[in-house]
Order: sequence, then C-alpha cells, then structure tokens
Amino acid sequence: MNSQLPALQIVLPLLGAVLCAVLRKGNLAWGVALVTSLAMPVISGLMLQDVLASGPISYAMGGWAPPFGIEYRVDAASGFLLLLISLIGAVIMPYARLSIAAEIAEQDVPWFYTMYLLCLAGLLGIAITGDAFNAFVFLEISSLSTYAMIAMGKDRRALLASYQYLIMGTIGATFFVAGVGLLYSMTGSLNFVDVADRLAEVGTSRPILAALGLITVGMSLKLALFPLHVWLPNAYAFAPSVATAFLAATATKVAVYLMLRFMFSIFGVSTTLANLPIGEIFVTLALAAMFGASIVAIFQENVKRMLAYSSVAQIGYITLGIGIANQAGLTGGIVHLFNHAIMKAALFMVLGAVVYRIGSVKIDALAGIGRRMPITMGAFVIAGLSIIGTPGTAGFISKWYLAVGAFEKGWWWLVFLLVTSSLLSVIYIGRVIEVTWFRPLSKEGEKASETPLSMLIPTLILVAATIYFGIDTSLTAGIASKAADALLAGLR
Amino acid sequence: MTSLAPFVIFFVGAALVAVTQGVLRSVILLTIPIVGAWNLYAMADGTTTVVNLFDYELTIVRLDRLSLLFGYLFHLATLIGVIYALHVKDRVQQVSSIIYAGSALGAVFAGDLITLFAFWELLAVSSVFLILARRTERSMRAGMRYLIIQVLSGVILLTGALIHIHQTGSIAFDYIGLTGLASWLIFIAFGIKCAFPFLHNWLTDAYPEATPTGTVFLSAFTTKVAVYALARAYPGTELLVYIGGAMAMFPIFFAVIENDLRRVLAYSLINQVGFMVCGIGIGTALAINGAVSHAFNDVVFKGLLFMTMGAVLHRTGKMNGSELGGLYRSMPWTTGFCIVGAASISAFPLFSGFVSKSMVMVAALEEGHPIIWLALLFASAGVFHHAGIKIPFFAFFAHDSGIRCKEAPRNMLLAMALAAVICIFNGSYPWVLYSMLPMPVEYAPYTISHVLTQSQLLFFSALAFCWLKLAGIYPPELPGVNIDVEWSYRKLVSSIFARLAPLGIAAHRSVFDRWRRWLDQFFTQIYRHHGPYGILARTWRTGSMAMWTAILLATYLLVYYLSH
Repeated sequence: MNSQLPALQIVLPLLGAVLCAVLRKGNLAWGVALVTSLAMPVISGLMLQDVLASGPISYAMGGWAPPFGIEYRVDAASGFLLLLISLIGAVIMPYARLSIAAEIAEQDVPWFYTMYLLCLAGLLGIAITGDAFNAFVFLEISSLSTYAMIAMGKDRRALLASYQYLIMGTIGATFFVAGVGLLYSMTGSLNFVDVADRLAEVGTSRPILAALGLITVGMSLKLALFPLHVWLPNAYAFAPSVATAFLAATATKVAVYLMLRFMFSIFGVSTTLANLPIGEIFVTLALAAMFGASIVAIFQENVKRMLAYSSVAQIGYITLGIGIANQAGLTGGIVHLFNHAIMKAALFMVLGAVVYRIGSVKIDALAGIGRRMPITMGAFVIAGLSIIGTPGTAGFISKWYLAVGAFEKGWWWLVFLLVTSSLLSVIYIGRVIEVTWFRPLSKEGEKASETPLSMLIPTLILVAATIYFGIDTSLTAGIASKAADALLAGLR
Repeated sequence: MTSLAPFVIFFVGAALVAVTQGVLRSVILLTIPIVGAWNLYAMADGTTTVVNLFDYELTIVRLDRLSLLFGYLFHLATLIGVIYALHVKDRVQQVSSIIYAGSALGAVFAGDLITLFAFWELLAVSSVFLILARRTERSMRAGMRYLIIQVLSGVILLTGALIHIHQTGSIAFDYIGLTGLASWLIFIAFGIKCAFPFLHNWLTDAYPEATPTGTVFLSAFTTKVAVYALARAYPGTELLVYIGGAMAMFPIFFAVIENDLRRVLAYSLINQVGFMVCGIGIGTALAINGAVSHAFNDVVFKGLLFMTMGAVLHRTGKMNGSELGGLYRSMPWTTGFCIVGAASISAFPLFSGFVSKSMVMVAALEEGHPIIWLALLFASAGVFHHAGIKIPFFAFFAHDSGIRCKEAPRNMLLAMALAAVICIFNGSYPWVLYSMLPMPVEYAPYTISHVLTQSQLLFFSALAFCWLKLAGIYPPELPGVNIDVEWSYRKLVSSIFARLAPLGIAAHRSVFDRWRRWLDQFFTQIYRHHGPYGILARTWRTGSMAMWTAILLATYLLVYYLSH
C-alpha cells in the first residue's frame, strides 16, 4: 500500500473532481472535496516521513521505468511542498462550505468544488512529478481550473481578472513548454534526473541558454515576480474568498518550486548562478517587489487587493532567498514559502469571514468591526504581526534566515533593506488594525457578529500555526534546510 | 529552586485578564506584580535559564544585581500603575499594559541579543495600544508614528545584532563598546528608545497623546529598558557623557515654553534620562550606581507626576496650563502628592531625587568633567523650574480657572500615595535602595556641602521665580497654545539671544522649508506611481502585460548571451 502513495496523492483528487461533477449537489460535492482534502496530508505526511528516514522515493507511473516512463519523485523539497499544499487544502475545506454558499450561485457550487479538486491535483502533481512535460500538463490542469475558479467571483470584474490571468498564464506556460522543448531537442530526455545528467555532457550552448531564459520568464510569470505580477492583484481581489486563500497559499509557491528545480537541480548551480548574473537579477527584482508592491499596498482601499499586493512583496522575499543562493538564504526562501503560505491563507480567510458577515472588504466598511468580531480580527492581528516579521511568529524565522544568508554572502546592505521593507508592512497592516479596532463602527459593520465556528476554527488553526512555527522551527526550518542542501547539491 | 521566567507570569496574567471581568479581573491585575515579585525573590542570585531555539542557545533569564534591581523596579511600577488604572474598564488597555510590563521584564533579564530583540519589538507593539486606546484622531496618528519609530529601533537593533553575532560568533548580550559598525547600530537602536537628542521626538509626540493611565505605564518602562541596555553594553563610553549632558539641557527650553502639562513632563522625562545616560557614560562605580538608582527614583517620581496630571485630565478633561489653575481647592490630596513628586524631581533634600542625582554629579566632578557638571547643575535648576514649580503651580494654583471638580478616584489616590511614600522613604532613608545597587556603595548623600549646594540652588531658583512673578514679568494669564513664557524667558536670559533668535529662526526655516518641499515632492512622486491610480496599482491592459513579458524575455536572453 505504502508503495502506491505517490500515485494516490494525484489520483484521489482527480477522481474526486469527477465525482463532484457527476453528483451536481452542492453539499455532496463539498463532502467529497472535504474527504479528499483531509486524506491528502495523511498521504503526503507518510511520504515525507519515508523520505526523511530513507531518502528520496522514486515511483514509476504505470510500471514504465524512467527515463522513458513518467517518474514521480519525492525528495525533501517536493515532500515539504506536498505537505504544505495538502495541509492548506485540508484546513480550507471545512471553512469553504459557508463561504462558498454565500459567495457563489447555488447551481455553480458543485463546479467550484470540481475546479478546486482539479487545481489541487494539478498543484500536487507539479510538486511530485519528475518529468518535465508532465509538469507542464499539471501546470495547465491547475491553471485552467484556477481561471474558472477566479471567474466565479461575484464581482463582475472577476471576469476581466480571470481573462487577463488566462492570457498571461498561457503565455507563461507556453514559454515554459518551449523551454522544455529546447531542452528535449538538446538532450533527448524529459526526465529531470536524466536531463540533468545529459546536460553535463552537452555543456552550455545557445539553445540551452534560451531554454533557461524561457523557463525563467515563464515561471516568473506564474509566481508573479515583479514586474510580471500585474495579473495577480485583480485575480486575488475578485476571486471567491476560498479560492483566494487557497491560491495565495499554494499556486505561486508551486511555481517557485518549479523554478528552484530547474535552476538548481537541472541546469545546476554551476551553469545558472556561477556563470550567469541570475542571482543579481533576482535580487534586484525581489527588492523592487518588496518595496514597490508594499508601497502600493499602503494606498489600497480594498483590503483584499492590499493583501494581494502584500503577496507580491512577500514573493519578493522568497525570490530574494533564491537570489542569495547560499545555504542559509535558500533555507530562508523555502521557509518563507511555507510560512507565508500559512499566514497569508489565514489573513485571506479572515477577510472571507468579513465578507461573509458584512459583504465588503473596503477599508471604510471594516471600521470598528474588531469589537463585533474580536476573535476573527484578533486572528488578523496575529497573522499580520507575522507578515511584519515580529519575533515569536513564523514570519520572523524566515526573515532571520534570509538576513543570515545575506550576511554570509557579505551583502550586509541587503540586510538593511530587508528590515527597512518590513517597516512598510508595519504601515499597511497597522492601518487595518487601527481602523478595525479603534474607529467608530461603520454602517456596514452594524450587522457584523462573530464568525461561525466552522469558519473560525480553521482560521484559528492557521493562526496558531504561525505562532507555533515561530517558536518550534524543527519542522519548517529543519526540512527547509535539508531541502536547500538537496537543491544545492543537485540531482547527481 | 523552581522559578518561572518573570515575563511568563505577566503573559499568563495578561491572558487571564483578557478572559475575565469585573472584580475577578481587578484581583488578577493586582496579583500579577505581587506574585511576580515573590517569584523574583525566590530566584537565586546568578540564576540563568537557557532555552534552545533553532540553532542557538538562548539565555532568557540572566539574574545579576543590575537586572535584579530593574526587575524589582518594574514590578513596583506595574503594581502602582495597576492600582492607578483599576477604575478603567477598557480591556485593550489592561491587557496591553500587562504585556508591555512583561516585555520590559523580558528585556532586562535577556541574556542574549536575540531574546533582547524579541522583547524589544514586543515592547513597541504592546505599548502602542496604550496610545491608540485614547481613540482620538490625534492619538491614532501619534500612535502610528510612535509604532514606526519603535519598530525601526528594533530593526536597527536586529541588523546590528546580526552583524555582531556574525563577527564575534557569540550571541551573548554583554559589554559591547563602540568599536565598529555593529556596535554603532546597536547603540543607535538603544539611543532611539532612550530618546537621545534628535531621536527623541517620538516621546514628546506620543506620550502626551496616550490615555491618562497609559502614560503612567509608558513613562516607566521604555526609556528605562534602554537605560538598562546602555548600562549593560556601553558603560564608560565617553560619548554618552556628552549625549547625557545634552539630553539634560535641551528639553528644559522646550519644557518651559510648552503649554500641555503632560508634554512638559515628557520633556522632563528626557531631561532626567539625561542624568542617567551621563552617569553610564562616566562609568565609575559611583556613576553607574547613581544612574541606576536615579532610574529607580525617576520611575517612581515621574510616575507620580504623570499620575497627578492624569488625575487632573481624568476629572477636568483639560491638560493645558492656560486652561487649568486653582484646582487645589477641589483636589487637595492630588495637589499634595504633586508637590511631593515635584520636590523629588527637583532633588530637595529628604526627597528621593536628591540621593541619586547628586551621585551622578559628584561622579562627573571626580572624573574631571567640570563643564558637564555645570550643565547638570543648570539642568537641575531648570528641572526645578519647569517640573518642580511650573507643573504644580499652573495646575493647582495660579489664577483660578473656575473649574470645580471632584477629588481623584480613590484608587488613583492610593497609587499616588504609595508612590509618594516611596519618594520620601528613599529620600530620607536611602540605604535600602543603596544596598540593592549593582556596585558597593561608599557614598553619603547628606553631607553639609551637598545639602547646602542643593538648597542654595533651589532657594535661589524659587526666589527668581517669585521675583519674576511679583515683578509681573511672568504673565499672569497663559492664553494660546505656545505660551508667552517663551518670550519672558528670552527677555530674561539675554537680550542677545532675542536679537539672534530671528536670524536663527530664519535660517532654520529656510532649511526646514527646503526639506519639506523636497519631502513633499518625494511623497508626491511615490503617490503618483504607487497610489491607487498610479502605474503600479492600476489594472494594466492585457496587451501591455504581454509586452512586458516579451521585454523581460528579451532582456534575459540578451544578458545570458552576453555573459556567457
């Protein structure tokens, strides 16, 4: 049984999606999605345990041995990501029922869960697969279902946002597949390990560099690296709350993972970072994101859109870790990938609860609701502190590693920029805290009351996790450090 | 012996306060500092508690004579503050003040830089609620400014600490000394919290905007944690002597022209901290003892003064010197306590300021800093003028404002009485305090020359004030916000200053205007690009998004080919 876990990780949500589409009843579809989502962390947890105990798992799909068949490959990096995605899915699903029922027309609800499960399968697939073309297929599965989920938002601007994301996402995916095609033409293989081996023999030539460029830009688009982030704020702002929380926590993270895989494991540190100025480009773009997007966030009136811009900034921290590219920096990037997923999901879930109660996320509408929804808005405060990077929260841990990484590289000016950019997040998070707790109650806020338990408890679980992972870092930083080792060592 | 880390009791207590109400909440509030002090007493000298957090061994409790004294002091301040705020029903204030006090304890017992940083940030985050809780537009803005500066101090500390740890390989928080970039960054971080000149504006900006009870807590902890940190890391740093001298001097001018009485106290807080910083800078056993004991006394008497002003604000809703006056009829007890506080801060013999302030001054003379000694002497006269006379005079005497209100609530009176008793006790019988100081004390405060010098200083200052008052140079009424005292001050001190002042003001204005224009332009630019309709925040056309993608791809390819 254990040996079939990698396949189950993908097959279960795919089957669940089909089941949801066939059932056509909102609550039944939710039940299917819930059961599937709850099963996911069990599977990924078991696999990660295996990996940590006895090294990477390789699974030949359909019994076709790699490199000819499709290989599923779980190592510390991908296992960590699988666990993250499945945990977020498992926490969000209990929350989803009320929120989705309130935000989506009844006849569309089963379709939403279908799309959600397809997206889950796609994201998990990207993390687990060891095959470049298969990664592209999963990328498309997750992207197409994401466009549909975003378009279900009740604001009419959701359609435009979804359309723009579709165009941009498709361009990104096309670049990616074009890059994979070039790699295939040069090496004759699609299997990650195999490609890496053969690349060493082929050496660097122009087509390889073109492949690297195409894949870097394609992935930069999917992970919303500044200045290719422009699809993200609207997509997150107008999608249904559940979709926003789920995507913000997982979709961009998966793209980061794929980027890491290609840059470190396949092209290899010697090609990418030692000979080309990728590290410098990444650090520059990351800094632009950290400052530019944070300042934009300060001026936003729509809190959901504000958090979307904050996501762009936080993705900047993650790419900064990739750009620093030493053990501590990379650990910081990977830990932040995990920590940011948890805290941003919590924040978007709080906003989902606010939408559920008062129907708006305009900052003026949020005035004074802290006294009506003290626990919910208290959760916002804690998760917000973690975004800022206050000690004792998860956000601090990631910034700490990034700072240490920057030092070891001798870039102490970067440390200063890193901490200065945190000040910007003090402003935009502080503004929301001040408005929600200390302003007189708004007109919309009068109908507010504490969030229903089924939405509140999942949110609180994530908030508790931000504190827990701020204190006990053996799981997050420990595994991230292993993952960084694995990435830096390459696949050989 | 099994004892808890002191801050744990406070944090657990804060959690309990958050979920209880009514009498039970009051009981818990009162129990926290008492249980805390008992726990501290039970801890053996030299105790250290070590916790492992990621790759480091953190020393979350380090007990020695220096941290122990501050520990007791903070428990005492919490007790007084809690009693004083017992009538407050605002849960936000109660919870945050306990967390705030707990963070201060965490910071003074921190044995390593990482723990110190954690509590440093927590101090900032928890205390801002005491300002925001006043719930006025002004306090909101002041609170946000305060928070940003405090967090900035934290991130500078973090940067400095990281470099320091990287250079030395040790996270221990001990003597650092000004030797390199890391030490300067840490020094500046401490300096912000300590309200060094030019870094002090957050204090006078935010403290007067806090709630009446909030200011009492604020005045006790933040700057004293910074004083402790300086005493730990930078004793004997000569620069501190001059910084301290400047701190003791410059607030006097501002305090004299200020109308908001709590802002006057905020300035005098900087002035008193100046004495401590100076003592740390001198760095001899006597000077350190003086700095630390003055910190102890300052928390009590400054707290007492803030409490009396808080009581006035609570009852009358007014805080400007020009609007108050004649309150001694309505609030006789508060008036009495205010005078005790004023006498202590002015260092009257038999009051607490006397026994500690003189230690710093004597040390300054002994170590050959006669100019600093003069500066401190001047500062002592100044503090008597603005805090010793101005505060009680304009609030409780002067012209009758016609306000008739009730005496302060009973719990406030009790808290003030407790502080007043400590002021007099420490002043008349300083040996208990002396016995707790970090270095052995061989100092007699009550020698003829000390008493005589101080008395002369005080009596002549008082005489000057009376004469100005009788001669009509001190204007009888104080209308407007920035009052006429400013004018009389210039007239009195020197006509040269008055003649130079316009020049100075003009120069200051042209520089300031240029700065402001520049800043305005800067922010307009930022808003143009990042504001809601700026290029970075707009929804782009799909075509331009795609074009950017193409541009970026072209750039990557070009760079790769060129650098290959």
